[in-house]
Amino acid sequence: MITQRFFSADRRIAVAVFILLAAAVVVPLLNLAIAPSSALYVPPYIVALVGKYLCYALLALALDLVWGYCGILSLGHGAFFALGGYAMGMYLMRQIGSRGVYGNPILPDFMVFLNYKELPWFWHGFDHFWFAATMVLAVPGLLAFVFGWFAFRSRVTGVYLSIITQAMTYALLLAFFRNDMGFGGNNGLTDFKDILGFNVQADATRSALFAASAVTLALAVLLTAAIVGSKYGKLLMAVRDAESRTRFLGWRAENVKLFAFTVSAIMAGIAGALYVPQVGIINPGEFEPSSSIEVVIWTAVGGRGTIVGPIIGALLVNAGKSWFTGVLPEFWLFALGGLFVAVTLLLPKGIVGMWDSWRGNARATRAASLAAEAGADPEAPKIVRSAARTPGAWSASGAEPQPAE
Amino acid sequence: MSKSNTILYLDGVSASFDGFRAINNLSLVLDKGEMRAIIGPNGAGKTTMMDIVTGKTRPDEGEVFFDGQVDLTRHDEAEIAMMGIGRKFQKPTVFENHSVEDNLMLALKGPRSIFPALFHRRSAAEARRIDDILGIIRLGDKRDELAANLSHGQKQWLEIGMLLAQDPKLLLVDEPVAGMTDAETEETARLLKDIARDHSVIVVEHDMHFVRELGVKVTCLHEGSVLSEGTLDFVSADERVVEVYLGR
Amino acid sequence: MILIRAIGLTLLLVIASLLPSSAAEADLRATIAKFATATNFSGTEAVVRELAASGDPAVERPLSALADGNLYIRKSDSQVFVGKEAGDGIELLDPLSGEKAADAAKTDLTKIKVNNGLRRTIRDALGTLTLRAKDAGVRLAAAATMFKTPDAANIEPLDAAIAAETEPGVKALFEQARAASVLVSDKPEADKLAAISLIAARGDRDALSLLTSVEASSQGPVKDAATAAIGTINSTLALWDAGQNIWYGISLGSVLLLAAIGLAITFGVMGVINMAHGEMVMLGAYTTFVVQQVIRTSFPGLFDWSLVIALPLAFLVAALVGLAIERGLIRFLYGRPLETLLATWGVSLILQQAVRTIFGPTNQEVGNPSWMSGSFDIGQLAVTWNRLWILVFALLVFGVLLYVMKRTPWGLQMRAVTANRRMAASMGIRTPWVDALTFALGSGIAGIAGVALSQIDNVSPNLGRGYIIDSFMVVVFGGVGNLWGTLVGAFSLGIVNKFLEPYAGAVLGKIVVLVLIILFIQKRPRGLFALKGRAVEA
Repeated sequence: MITQRFFSADRRIAVAVFILLAAAVVVPLLNLAIAPSSALYVPPYIVALVGKYLCYALLALALDLVWGYCGILSLGHGAFFALGGYAMGMYLMRQIGSRGVYGNPILPDFMVFLNYKELPWFWHGFDHFWFAATMVLAVPGLLAFVFGWFAFRSRVTGVYLSIITQAMTYALLLAFFRNDMGFGGNNGLTDFKDILGFNVQADATRSALFAASAVTLALAVLLTAAIVGSKYGKLLMAVRDAESRTRFLGWRAENVKLFAFTVSAIMAGIAGALYVPQVGIINPGEFEPSSSIEVVIWTAVGGRGTIVGPIIGALLVNAGKSWFTGVLPEFWLFALGGLFVAVTLLLPKGIVGMWDSWRGNARATRAASLAAEAGADPEAPKIVRSAARTPGAWSASGAEPQPAE
Repeated sequence: MSKSNTILYLDGVSASFDGFRAINNLSLVLDKGEMRAIIGPNGAGKTTMMDIVTGKTRPDEGEVFFDGQVDLTRHDEAEIAMMGIGRKFQKPTVFENHSVEDNLMLALKGPRSIFPALFHRRSAAEARRIDDILGIIRLGDKRDELAANLSHGQKQWLEIGMLLAQDPKLLLVDEPVAGMTDAETEETARLLKDIARDHSVIVVEHDMHFVRELGVKVTCLHEGSVLSEGTLDFVSADERVVEVYLGR
Repeated sequence: MILIRAIGLTLLLVIASLLPSSAAEADLRATIAKFATATNFSGTEAVVRELAASGDPAVERPLSALADGNLYIRKSDSQVFVGKEAGDGIELLDPLSGEKAADAAKTDLTKIKVNNGLRRTIRDALGTLTLRAKDAGVRLAAAATMFKTPDAANIEPLDAAIAAETEPGVKALFEQARAASVLVSDKPEADKLAAISLIAARGDRDALSLLTSVEASSQGPVKDAATAAIGTINSTLALWDAGQNIWYGISLGSVLLLAAIGLAITFGVMGVINMAHGEMVMLGAYTTFVVQQVIRTSFPGLFDWSLVIALPLAFLVAALVGLAIERGLIRFLYGRPLETLLATWGVSLILQQAVRTIFGPTNQEVGNPSWMSGSFDIGQLAVTWNRLWILVFALLVFGVLLYVMKRTPWGLQMRAVTANRRMAASMGIRTPWVDALTFALGSGIAGIAGVALSQIDNVSPNLGRGYIIDSFMVVVFGGVGNLWGTLVGAFSLGIVNKFLEPYAGAVLGKIVVLVLIILFIQKRPRGLFALKGRAVEA
């Protein structure tokens, strides 16, 4: 039945999945099998860079599931991303073994440096990949579940929820900066050597990680499409648009949100886990509240409430960031700030949303002219969407300030 | 008063916000299968009463029982809805970004937990039920239309249709004909009378023509308690009601 | 205690710098010169007594030097110097001023000889000398020194001094010093017990350390009494510690209040979520910096007035930027709080980067005017002036704001627009202007908060970042739309934070507070002083 939904899914999603899967095959090939002198050769740094973008795209998609489809503006997705990254980083640290600077077979370098006598309890098990992989899913998922359980049950909504997710991120930032937390403090985890026995620096490993990111993103697209297309997905949007109505219909809106929030946090965690071996470091900076807000702008630029939008947004904004930081580093924050303002004011539905309404309008105009030719009332086909079509229009009432929800 | 044969039983209920008593020692009994119209000027406590019955607001004191035995003050909105109380808001509230059909599908009686919803597939029985309701609320030709594109009156009907899909024992209907044309109003009265044949219904309404058309027992609220109760003729002849409405 | 010592020290310094220029100095020098002519111990003793009789604290240096065997006569001219060993030779210092006068070989000098009898005379003379000094501060300093270095030999001079002393504060300290000396003497037990209770009454850390050593070195009832006294002192000290924590908490609370109070207007009253609020604070701080730069280069005399000048300017700068944000951005986003959040975040990035481009990324030096520097003590509490002024200022701003909101026509309009926009508009209130001005007011207040915060925090482009989350926590915790809630929220968060710090450390304490607030919001989503009612819940 789910497969059936896959086939009937939007063509755009099919195209996106196809492109991702194709990239997963072609890019590593162009990197590994082609001579560096060839025009088709993809240099390793491009592989790593785009691989990183794909992780960001997965993160943006995760945020879109809760923000675009359920109206929960989480400013804490960077934290879930970082937690997944730390879980993977801990595995990579354990893989270093005695090749560290201090040559301690058990303790990572920073622990030797900080005079740890033995491995803290929460580092046990991370020498196994399966355990680390489980933690990548479990830690962000559990945090999101516990946090969401409290927050949604007591009906913390709107900006309040955004602010407390930001406070959560901030608290984690402060915690991970502490040396005695046992996560390497300020410097985080770095100097990785191998993953699953392969050298993380090797071109082949990088290509494999790129392919893994692309395939994971493709799977996440399919999963999100399946969730959104199900009855639950309709319910999710119903909660976004009229939460109290769903309650009076007997739905537990808090559970609806909690499920999406937890799934989304796990997706973010996976993104973080794929990100860390590709960039070679994870540090508390990933918990910065500002990085979490940056994720929001990727999603907004591409178009929230669409599945391809966040991916396009993440790729575009990050490509822009790379370009700016290379060419005009001091202007990047102006550009980013301007982007926040411009998107909210001029492009509330994002690129994909704008494209859709432009096409919708075009179709409506065409239908209207056809109807006029047929002598019918040109007003009849009301395909023109109302303002409430904007996904996540949080207030049904008009444009006026209200006491914050 | 015995609770045994009542569908809704309120006794001595009070609720206040910041010292303002929205509901003041309100007592109201609705028998099974009964339709009741509630009238009263603005601020009489009609909406707050509905909030209390549906679990949105907790009363400061008093008893609220559903179906003779369930203490509603101990349950929240979703539980109360699942027990069989449906509510239509004063302002029509439908899922604007969903089609008419999807609106009904979400309201349709059935399991209300996440995983069944995730793997839900429409059964033939459900499709039939949706067809039936679309017929009842006269929206058969709007099945695939987005709810946002419906007219105000059509949204009211869709919301009533969603209530029907829930298959509740008791319907609370807040101002169903606000903003409707006369023809639509008449149609709505007929629709509600249809529904009342196998449901208990409370209708809050200002429109006296509509209330007359319903032809049921009327309760007039004022300042959070019952001012007068009886047939419409009886209530409208009551000195105090006249005074409240005309401000004499 | 700290206070007394500080005052004593200051006075001593003042006296020391004033006296050498006086006529008395010449007399002293003449007397000191007599050391060269004294041929035996009794002759030297006569000179010592003459010096002591002068009652001038300046004689302490030569007398101490004499007691230590460091007073020399230069053979060539019979001048008297204080000597200090320097390599092979001796460095000669002026006996009164202590300044270096010359170097000399050991063979060029004669050391003035002292015996034990003479040493005792000198010590008594020195003790009595400072205990009898005209200046109360000097007497206090002497008593304080004696308290810290108790010696049975001090008892006699102290007894004499106590009898002669008229000033109760000084007398009390003399008695404490005497009690300290009694404890190390071989006086009878009853005297020692009395001494312990006298010292216990003092109740500070010096008393505690003295009693601890007494406890360790004695037996029987004296030991027991010392133990009991230590217990009492510890509990009083715990109270003072609590007091100190409360003061630090209040101080932190006043900073939070300042940072949050503008937000209480824009977010609390208007419901507009302004993530650039912290940057308004930053702009205020940079305005202060610019004002001080101008004053430093052009009007150095006005430096003490720099904050007063900066206040209105900072208000104006931040309010104008706020006005621009409201008119250019936020008014298009009313009713869409999450989008307002994002757009204002964008503004905050732009403002930060603009300041970074103009002033550079490093911290800027903003000075404290003289009336903001230094500190004073209350009992065991050290209170710095800048923290105290910030507290006063925060309360002042709060009071003025409360007055504006509750008692002025503008405040009335503001509240009317918040309560029911359409009704307010139909009554002739120009709601767009009220919105714009309210937002400007909130921003302006953030600006003047920046003036205050520039005194205690680093003025850098990231200044605002540090306050934004805390400010939102304060407003949300206190209850949105309620100024009093913001006040209570700020101070309770400040105090809780400071009480947690000793147990959890600064960072962990902050994390704990954040987690507590997150839990609290779950419990009471509308804060401590929430408005209740149907309209709010809808």
